[in-house]
Order: sequence, then C-alpha cells, then structure tokens
Amino acid sequence: MTSFPDAARVALGDTQLRHNLRNATATIRDKRARVVAEVPDWEELRNAGQAIKADVMQRLDEYLLQFEASVQAAGGLVHWARDAAEANAIVLDVARSHGATEVVKVKSLTTDEIELNDALAAGGVHAIETDFAELILQLDGDWSSHILVPAIHRNRSEIRDLFLRTIAVGKDLSDDPHELAETARVYLREKFLNAKVGVSGANFGVAETGTVVVVESEGNGRMCTTLPPVLVTVVGIEKLVPTFADLEVFLQLLPRSSTGERMNPYTSLWTGVAEGDGPQEFHVVLLDNGRTRVLADRVGRQALHCIRCSACLNVCPVYSRTGGHAYGSVYPGPIGAILTPQLVGVENAKSLPYASTLCGACYEVCPVKIDIPAVLLHLRAEVVRKVGSTPERVVMRGLARVFGHARLYQWAQRCARVVQRPARRLPGPLATWTRTRDLKPVPKETFREWWSRERGA
Amino acid sequence: MSAAREAILAAVRSATAGATAPEPVARTYRSAGERSQRERIDLLGERLIDYRATVRRVGAAQLGETLEELAPGRIGIPRGLPLEWRPAGAVEDDGLGAHELDALDGVLTGCTVAIAETGTLVLSGGPAEGRRALTLVPDLHVCVVAAEQVVETVPEAFAALSDSALRPLTFVSGPSATSDIELKRVEGVHGPRRLVVVIVEEE
Repeated sequence: MTSFPDAARVALGDTQLRHNLRNATATIRDKRARVVAEVPDWEELRNAGQAIKADVMQRLDEYLLQFEASVQAAGGLVHWARDAAEANAIVLDVARSHGATEVVKVKSLTTDEIELNDALAAGGVHAIETDFAELILQLDGDWSSHILVPAIHRNRSEIRDLFLRTIAVGKDLSDDPHELAETARVYLREKFLNAKVGVSGANFGVAETGTVVVVESEGNGRMCTTLPPVLVTVVGIEKLVPTFADLEVFLQLLPRSSTGERMNPYTSLWTGVAEGDGPQEFHVVLLDNGRTRVLADRVGRQALHCIRCSACLNVCPVYSRTGGHAYGSVYPGPIGAILTPQLVGVENAKSLPYASTLCGACYEVCPVKIDIPAVLLHLRAEVVRKVGSTPERVVMRGLARVFGHARLYQWAQRCARVVQRPARRLPGPLATWTRTRDLKPVPKETFREWWSRERGA
Repeated sequence: MSAAREAILAAVRSATAGATAPEPVARTYRSAGERSQRERIDLLGERLIDYRATVRRVGAAQLGETLEELAPGRIGIPRGLPLEWRPAGAVEDDGLGAHELDALDGVLTGCTVAIAETGTLVLSGGPAEGRRALTLVPDLHVCVVAAEQVVETVPEAFAALSDSALRPLTFVSGPSATSDIELKRVEGVHGPRRLVVVIVEEE
C-alpha cells in the first residue's frame, strides 16, 4: 500500500476536505464530550467494558463454541471463515441458492474489510448499500473516509449532482438535505420491500443467547434485517460478549462515544429465527481474517477490543487533518494505525504505526480503554525488528556507539560545534528532519568543559 | 465439522494458551437510578422531545380519545392490542405483506419497557407490540407507554428484559434520522419519520 506520508500529502493539499474534516471532527467531538459528561459513572462503565473484552479474548474459544450452539438452538445456521475468500464464498452461495441477483446491505466495516461487494459482483450478485452515506459512495465509486460519517468529504451540492446522474435522473432536485434524504428513501424503499436476501455485519454477538446486535440511525439496518426472508450476518470473531446483560455496558458506551447521542435511534437484537417475525432463514458467518494473529500478540491484542465508535478519529490531530483515505484501509485513524498493520502484517503497512504524534488523546476517549499509544510504540518496535536495515537504523547504531563511549562523545561534541556553523540543515536523507524544524544549536561550551574550566584540575 | 472451524478454534487456542485467568469483571457502575416515577416520566419526555419525537401525557380515562386524535387514517395494530386503545381506522396485522404495510398511514403499539435517561422505547414483539416489520414500514409510529414501564437506567431495562432475551428486540430512540449530509440532522430516512409517544399516568 502507499505509505502514509505520501497518501497524506495528497489529502493535506485538498482545502475542501480539510475544511469538512475540521468541521465534522470538531462538531462530533464536542457533542460526545457533552453527553459523556452527564454520565456520573462513565469511568466505571469504561472499566467494565475493558474487563469484559479482556475476558472475551482470553476465553474466546469457549465463547465461540457457546455462541455457535446458541445460534443453532435458536434455528440459525453458523459458518466459519478463515479469510475473506471463504467468507465471501459463503455469502455468495446463500444468495445464489435463493436465486437472488440483488441483496440489500447494512453498512458494515467487516464486509468492507473482506471486499464482499466486489466478490458478490464477480459472482453476478449486486449488493446495494443502504446506509445513506454508503449509498452515496457506492453510486460514485468512492470509498469511506470516516467510520461513522463515511461521506464526510462530500458536500450537499456534490451529492445532489451525483443523485441527478444516478438515481434521480431528470428529476427536479435541490441540495436541501431533506430532499436528498427523501430521494434516497424513495429509491431504496422499493429495494427493501422486494429484497430476497439481506446482508449485515454485527456490533455484538452474545455467546450466552446467540443474540446478534446491530446499532444504527436511519432504519436501513432494521429494513435489511427484518424484511428479506433470508439474512446473512458476517461477524468478526472478536465481536462476542459473554452475556446478554453485558450489553447494558456497551449500549451505554457506544452511542455516546460514537455519534454523541444518549442513544442511537435504532438498535436491533435478534436471536436465530423468530416464528412469524422477520427472516425465516438466518446465517451467521464467523470471520477470522487475521484476527487470531492479532490475538496471539499480548500487547497488540487489545486492538480487538474496539467497538468501532470512531471517537479516536475525531480527537486525533493527525486524522483531523489528513482524513481517512491516507490510512489506506477500511479502518482509519488511530485505531486503524494499530489494527491494520496487525491484520495484514506490519511489513505490509509499516508506515502506519508512525501516523501518530503519540499525544494520547485517543486513549483518553476510548470507551473500552484501548491503550493505542502503547500499541503504536510496540508496533514501531516490530517494524524495526522485521523490516531490517534502514538508513535510520544505521544512524541509530552509530549514535548508540557515540553515546556509549565518553571520549567519542566528547570528540563528537567538539566536531558538532565546528560543523554546525555552515550547516543549518542536515545533509542527504537527514534533510527530511530539518525541512520543517530548526536544527538545535550546539552550546558553545559543554557542562564538563565549564566544570573543568571553573573548578578544574 | 468444517476445516475452517477447526482451524480457527486451534488458532484461538494457541494464541491464548498459557495465559493467566482473566480478572473478574467489576460492575461498579450504577444499576438502578434514584428518581421517583414522576421524575422518570419527566426525564423520558424531555429526552424524547430532544430527539424530536412528539410526547403526550394523559390519564387513563383520556387515552382512547387521545389515540383517536393522534392516530388518524388507516392504522396498523398488532392483534393483541387492547380493545379500548383501537382507533376507528385500525387494521389488524394478520400477516400483512410488505407493500400492504407500506400503504398504511401509521401503526399503533405498546412497548415492554422505556428508559428515561436515554429516551428509549423497547419493543419485544409482545401481543400489544407486534412483529418488527409492523413498526418499521409505516411512516408514523404511535407508541403507548404505561407509567410503570418507565425505568431510569439502561441496566434496569436489561433486568426487565432478561426473560425476553431470545425474542426479537428493537430499541427505538426517536424517529429515524441521518446526519450524513454535512452533519445536518434529517429526521426520517427509512424508519417511521414521525414518532408519537403517549405516556399514560395515574389520575
């Protein structure tokens, strides 16, 4: 993938994008802060959320088996997928077995991660994104820049023009958000009412009961999980919680952290198949796709605790300037910087652990207390270990040698004094450092020199 | 069973092998609230209005005429809806098709529990609540909440729902909404665009 600095450079040059991002991140950040402040036991909830997730990771095999048995007992079918290809094949197979050429789909990062839509299209099945922002992106062949508001880099006039080109050809349409939303409503309603197969992700899966939870705002999630006679839900294996009552913690943490609402408009919970209510055929696909590799890393594992609220994006000084595309993954921002390299291997995303100033704001807002800065440092060490000899490493080795020998160090100090006068900037590849920073002047005299002059021998 | 299942379970076990047992989860957060019933109802109303729902508080004696006024036209109702709640245009849901639901003017139901702090109504498919599609497709949802169904906190709601865990549950907090266009909130995308909550209090 393109390195973060290269991708970020493009984003930083886009003034419209930067304006939208600044607006969006600041607005959501303030809303979140207001509704979190009104919860007197917020820290206790965070602690409980963190402890529950740590327990899930530690006993994941038991919970997976329990979840499987619970779903089956409630009339659902459980599939397991080691990677994206296996998961996509299962979904395609279900769609085809019902002769569906179209499926309606709820916004889901997990299905974006496995590029389900492309796989379905290759198999002759068109997946219709039904979340408003996802629909906009799909119609335009674009991709998400924010977990929560994926089309935040688009303004209303762009959306109007897009609709006039695609789903409202020849209509009289203004750029009023109500009118735009109405256009999407009319277009998608027919799709919902006639869909044979729905596809969703899940925010949580409950091991104890087999219950699946989808949290949303627009009602498209309810449509997709209720109206089609067949439903397929793709769940990352890390999304489990042990008990039904554990949801009382996460359904308090998630909406306030995510949209800054006390509760999101709609949350759907269903368990297997309910007679006379909703889909009568229900499939769950349990997805690994790199998660067990993350699980094996004791420090990095906490990235799997993430409940995808996106609070860390909105407070991040890096994300709020570059936006999501620069991260080159469906998981942007601080959480993406620790999750993506672990899912795909640090050697394949080695610039991401450096896409941070380590300011720690992400850790402070994380509803499940993922210590993102600690994992970033851990992954930086991994990059150095795995990627082998780099110029930086050679320089660091040299420095270590100089710092390790008193005479060498003193000699270097004297040299630096002589060299620094003509050189305000560092030469060669080191110039990257001084391009945006001043080289610190070397003092005329070191402490040791002063000491030996004043109190010396 | 499938090879994928065995492989994933083996990978999970090898990743977590040899670790110490996790700490028990400390649940020191609030489980119950401290407000009186009257205060809970006040708070619920406030929070729902914040979501731009319409809220009416009535005594049991005025319920019938209030519903008549708030639920005009052809109104879908679940089969177990109390007879005295049914407006003139009530259409019983005997398995209406998706397009028939779409042709209704609205729907009238009860709920299982309501959460004051978050302004949330919970539907659990009971006799007066009906199946999920009924409260989803029509454009207006009128929901009756009895005073004693109002709890203060989310954990209290989960305690009240412990027997309904296996039923389909829908948490509704205001009308359907999106903020996807320049973060401007627009009520009503796919779910009911109007939510009317009628809270029935003791006289």
